[in-house]
Amino acid sequence: MIWWAVLSAGVACYLLKLAGLSVPTRVLEHPLVERIADLIPVALLAALVAVQVFASGSALVVDARAIGLGAAVLLLLARAPFLLVVFGAALVAAVVRLV
Amino acid sequence: MSDPVLDPRERSGIIRDGLGVGIATGTYGISFGAVAVGAGLSVAQTCALSLLMFTGASQFALVGVLAAGGTPLSGALTALLLGTRNTLYGLRLAPLLNWTGARRVAAAHLVIDESTAMSVTRPSTPAARVGFLTTGLTIFVLWNVATLVGALGGRALGDPRTYGLDAAVGAAFLALLWPRLRDRRNRATALVAAAVALGLVPFTAAGVPVLASAGVALLIGLLWPGQDETEWPEVER
Repeated sequence: MIWWAVLSAGVACYLLKLAGLSVPTRVLEHPLVERIADLIPVALLAALVAVQVFASGSALVVDARAIGLGAAVLLLLARAPFLLVVFGAALVAAVVRLV
Repeated sequence: MSDPVLDPRERSGIIRDGLGVGIATGTYGISFGAVAVGAGLSVAQTCALSLLMFTGASQFALVGVLAAGGTPLSGALTALLLGTRNTLYGLRLAPLLNWTGARRVAAAHLVIDESTAMSVTRPSTPAARVGFLTTGLTIFVLWNVATLVGALGGRALGDPRTYGLDAAVGAAFLALLWPRLRDRRNRATALVAAAVALGLVPFTAAGVPVLASAGVALLIGLLWPGQDETEWPEVER
């Protein structure tokens, strides 16, 4: 089942790229379409952050992951590079769990 | 638009920029590999994602939804929704890169945030192609090597929770989102989307809350006109 998702989503994501290079620009040039398409990643990423950090099954919890996210915010404010943000958050969450 | 002659100095400048962005971005693959294995994917599945899907946010989304207990279908749909922005990049790149046939089919795989950012601003087709190929190919090679390294390392580590790798996923999404939050409408969208997703968590199957948040983008897009200054692609890290 996971293989099915990996392969079909992988191929479909490629086709989305190819479609952009291939279809006439006019088709998607409507400002409203562009605006919504531009907002979709913002909404999805924000929802992914929220669910990754605060959901545990069907319950909402505040645990070490929330403290890890707090560390990520501080690192981002300090303009830390991506890898430092990601592994810094992991390290903080791991340390919190040890305590 | 096409200018057949590309000044050698301009060319090496574009290559240098592309390599810099490519190396910085390609190494994220380590975090993706470690996170994906932690989410329960095999090393082969993890590497297949980087080879086939090759668009970081979608890859993180697929494994993130799976890690949260979502179905493979909802994970795949979330990845696809995030992948639609590459279609918009392609629309902007097509007249500039001006490739047809097999070259276009091959080039399509490299249409991602960074390769787009490093080529849409170029003044000519040759300059855009150099920027696109240098950035895209550097990232493709490094991203896949780094994914394998991260996946093998992640498997050797054992339970990902011990190392806080479950917290790393949220941090990765936040880092991808961060540059967009300078815009007011984007901040509003992000807050409402997060609230809607969390509100749905107790009542829906895992994976559904994230997909439902796309509706927030639809609604705010309809109701709130105007330009977004932080529109992707953006490479500033």
